[in-house]
Amino acid sequence: MSFFAEVGKFMNLIRGMFSRPENWKMYWKEFMHQCSEIGIGSLGIVVIISVFMGAVSAVQTSYQMTTPFIPPETISMIVRDTVILEFAPTLVSIVLAGVVGSKIAGELGNMRVSEQIDALEIMGINTKAYLVLPKILAALVVIPMLVVISMVLGIWGGRIASTLTGIVSATTYDKGLFEGFIPYNVFFAMAKAYTFAFIIASVPAYYGYNVKGGALEIGRSSTKAVVVTCVTVLFADYVLAALLL
Amino acid sequence: MIEINNLKKGFGGKIVLDDVSAVMNPGQCNLIIGSSGSGKTVFMKCLVGLFQPDSGEVIYNGKNFTKMSNVDKKEIRKEIGMLFQGSALFSSMTVEDNVIFPLDMFTKDTRKTKMKRVDEVLDRVNLKGANKKFPAEISGGMMKRVGIARAIVLNPKYLFVDEPNSGLDPQTSGLIDKLIKEITDEYQITTVINTHDMNSVMEIGDNIIYMYQGKKEWEGNNRQIIFSKNKKLNEFIFASEFLRDAKDMRMLEETGKIPNHRNMEFLTDEDTPPLSEEKE
Repeated sequence: MSFFAEVGKFMNLIRGMFSRPENWKMYWKEFMHQCSEIGIGSLGIVVIISVFMGAVSAVQTSYQMTTPFIPPETISMIVRDTVILEFAPTLVSIVLAGVVGSKIAGELGNMRVSEQIDALEIMGINTKAYLVLPKILAALVVIPMLVVISMVLGIWGGRIASTLTGIVSATTYDKGLFEGFIPYNVFFAMAKAYTFAFIIASVPAYYGYNVKGGALEIGRSSTKAVVVTCVTVLFADYVLAALLL
Repeated sequence: MIEINNLKKGFGGKIVLDDVSAVMNPGQCNLIIGSSGSGKTVFMKCLVGLFQPDSGEVIYNGKNFTKMSNVDKKEIRKEIGMLFQGSALFSSMTVEDNVIFPLDMFTKDTRKTKMKRVDEVLDRVNLKGANKKFPAEISGGMMKRVGIARAIVLNPKYLFVDEPNSGLDPQTSGLIDKLIKEITDEYQITTVINTHDMNSVMEIGDNIIYMYQGKKEWEGNNRQIIFSKNKKLNEFIFASEFLRDAKDMRMLEETGKIPNHRNMEFLTDEDTPPLSEEKE
């Protein structure tokens, strides 16, 4: 299918989500369930990658700083800015594209193939609104939270690695964190987090919702969903950097 | 009552449903039969609105479903229950949660009232005590019965059943057919069943539509079908040598050429009114 036809179908899916819920309570329940699935379900992997991401960036920054003319607290400044600007929003989103994206595409694909979506349609439920919208809203709520957690843990991981390996003392590291801090960077990171959250939930939902065939096609659509989500996240990352920085 | 007028549907230039008209009455099991690819699934999907027909009308109790807005269609859909070929149960929910789902979505009853209704319908489909089981823990026949329970929990006026006996043994198939027939009679539902199981056709076929290459080839009931002279229908229903022999034997018994050991009651001319559209 051509690129524009795919985009058109995607826009139709998004447009179709906006209708009056049949029962607000059921939609709220589904939203909370998705918050738990996406947020709590991904917390473990986000914690692990964030700590190591910060630790590695501290060690590698120190390795590249061979001149004594650069003050040691620069290491924590670099770790802080790289974690906030790029690592926490983008790297975490790429990981979530795999973890959350494949889950959403697989779940909806299975529901489509086993006629569960048709069953809901026949009951008179807007399946785009009931199945897709809560996932996107939940992602928009919890993924930025995960990104904030990742920022904190990344910087903390850098601190642990720096003090354990003797690169800089804890006091020097902490001093560097407060030097030259630009609050706009956090705003930029959050703008990326919201954009990526929408992509991470909506693109796999599109591929899962439109699966045709059987078990093999569910697998294929999950893989395609993850690949397209990752590429879209990276493309959006560049566009946002070009526009907002 | 469902009235279908000149329904047409095609995909990519290929006509799958060609000018099909029919009337389906309450309290009757209306069977759509035909070989694979004859258009019966597309026909049923057009009736429930999963496919939009290219032309023609589907009228539910005087309301033209095909020309309704999506909001109005929702109202009709609340009166429709459907059992899917694979049961389409929500795999992450228990039997009880599957059945209570339409009540949670569309009623404001108390939890106690809803649970009472769930127990009632589960009891009706002989599944008392299976409330807490997951779909993966129950048999295919039980899954079909849970599907029926979910379909009837909101007291629908119309029940659509897609291949109710696929993947089931003959005994369980018979029980499912009997259950569908009883529910249809009890609640005076307009039931539409998509099948190619000849046992179902003979047991519960109050009104039978035979589809051939997207067209309605024959219509009648289970008493008329066996004596139909329609060649295509006969090729379909007597596909096996066993059934052809059974039909020949029945014909011989009826004409008195062999003794009627089974004491079968044969149809009189009144029972089998000649079909004006009967094709040879």
